[in-house]
Amino acid sequence: MTAKAIQWLDDRLGLSAIRELMDHKTVPVHSATRWYYFGGITLFLFGIQMVTGILLLFYYRPTVAEGFDSVRFIMTRVEFGWLIRSIHSWSANLLIFVAFVHMFSVVLTHAYRPPRELTWASGIVLLGLMLGFGFSGYLLPWNQISYFATKVGTDVAAGTPGIGPSIARILRGGEDVGAPTLTRFFALHVMVLPLITVGLIAFHILLVQKNGMSTPPWIAASRVRHLKFFPNFLLREVMVWYGALAVLGVLAAIFPWELGEKADPFASAPKGIRPEWYFLAQFYTLKLIPSHVWIFEGELLGVAGFGVLAVGWALLPVWGVNRAGEARTRLVTGVAIVLIAYLAAFTLLGYIK
Amino acid sequence: MLASIASFLYPVLKFLNPPLITEAAVNEVVAGKVQDLKPNSGKIIKFGNKPALLVRVSDTEWKAFSAVCTHLNCTVQYRDSTEQIWCACHNGTYDLNGKVVSGPPPNPLTEYAVNVRGDEVIISRRA
Repeated sequence: MTAKAIQWLDDRLGLSAIRELMDHKTVPVHSATRWYYFGGITLFLFGIQMVTGILLLFYYRPTVAEGFDSVRFIMTRVEFGWLIRSIHSWSANLLIFVAFVHMFSVVLTHAYRPPRELTWASGIVLLGLMLGFGFSGYLLPWNQISYFATKVGTDVAAGTPGIGPSIARILRGGEDVGAPTLTRFFALHVMVLPLITVGLIAFHILLVQKNGMSTPPWIAASRVRHLKFFPNFLLREVMVWYGALAVLGVLAAIFPWELGEKADPFASAPKGIRPEWYFLAQFYTLKLIPSHVWIFEGELLGVAGFGVLAVGWALLPVWGVNRAGEARTRLVTGVAIVLIAYLAAFTLLGYIK
Repeated sequence: MLASIASFLYPVLKFLNPPLITEAAVNEVVAGKVQDLKPNSGKIIKFGNKPALLVRVSDTEWKAFSAVCTHLNCTVQYRDSTEQIWCACHNGTYDLNGKVVSGPPPNPLTEYAVNVRGDEVIISRRA
């Protein structure tokens, strides 16, 4: 009976092709294998975001009048509401942290080299989308900190030469952050970004499947043994996911995410205001740049600098390999270490100063 | 093909661009009563749809500015300890003439005129 049912499904879905794939997919085992897990953890946390985000949608109301109160209602009146919201917020932060670890592990093991340029490019766009999720979701509780963070963030976008003011207007839905901004950020956060992200994750995973896992250039191919993906690697991956879930549960339960005060557009920016940690390095840099540098406005120079840095980083597969397609290991490792040091130091300074 | 894509994208981009809403320009507002604000203190008030900062410097001296920081659009506040105007977002400071004292703001704050009529404080745009 079971065999007949499987045969029936196989005739219609081509299950044998999937079985074939499961039998032959392997993962290289070497000293850097542990870094392979971070892509999977990012995917797992994105799944947590989807589930908790959908649950929050059952109560959240995306208006200036009701946004803050609906989140407070979730946290104080709905059973386990505080936990669902806390997991959503903590998971968002862990996801971005793990995505950064995944990106730098790809750089330091030189996995961006041919034929994985598109895997790198799609990963960079995905990281940008994750930051977009963070930025748009931050405003939704409509509290004082998120209100001013959005004012600053959209004004940074407005500083982009040429198209900046139009981008800021489209993001805000007008000249200032207000009711139309909340509606737009809600639409972006729950519909536009998820649709793009899910499609791009599928593309990213398809490329990983197509090209296989990259082995660092200093490990000879002949010395690498392989582990079957199904079930050996997958079971290990699931154990790591359980670990991530445990960390998430502990953080969400012991340090529930705060709501703050309701946004008041006619109040001063509160003392100690700062963005989420993943924008702190840029925040602190903007704080340090003087109002004018030579003939340029400091803010414009800062925004242009971040833009150049982001484009240069996205083009890593171009400048990070030689004509033969081999990684320029010293150059890339050096640049990555400088970038990690800058991000770590300025994030810390942005937090304590 | 390109023309077809453009014909789809053009209305979408136009749709996303919010319509310009011209609001009647506000040139003068009543900021409150004289006794509401002690000397060496400040408060944020509504000036049309923008925040303004009213500072009572002494018993008889008043100052008012646009409260929108010229750096990245945050709302500034008056600090009685330093007698300066401060933006909490990026630590910009202005003096009581609206001029930048330190930090990243590129331009001074726009100053408004303040008049006291009876016990009411009136803020108006300068001509």
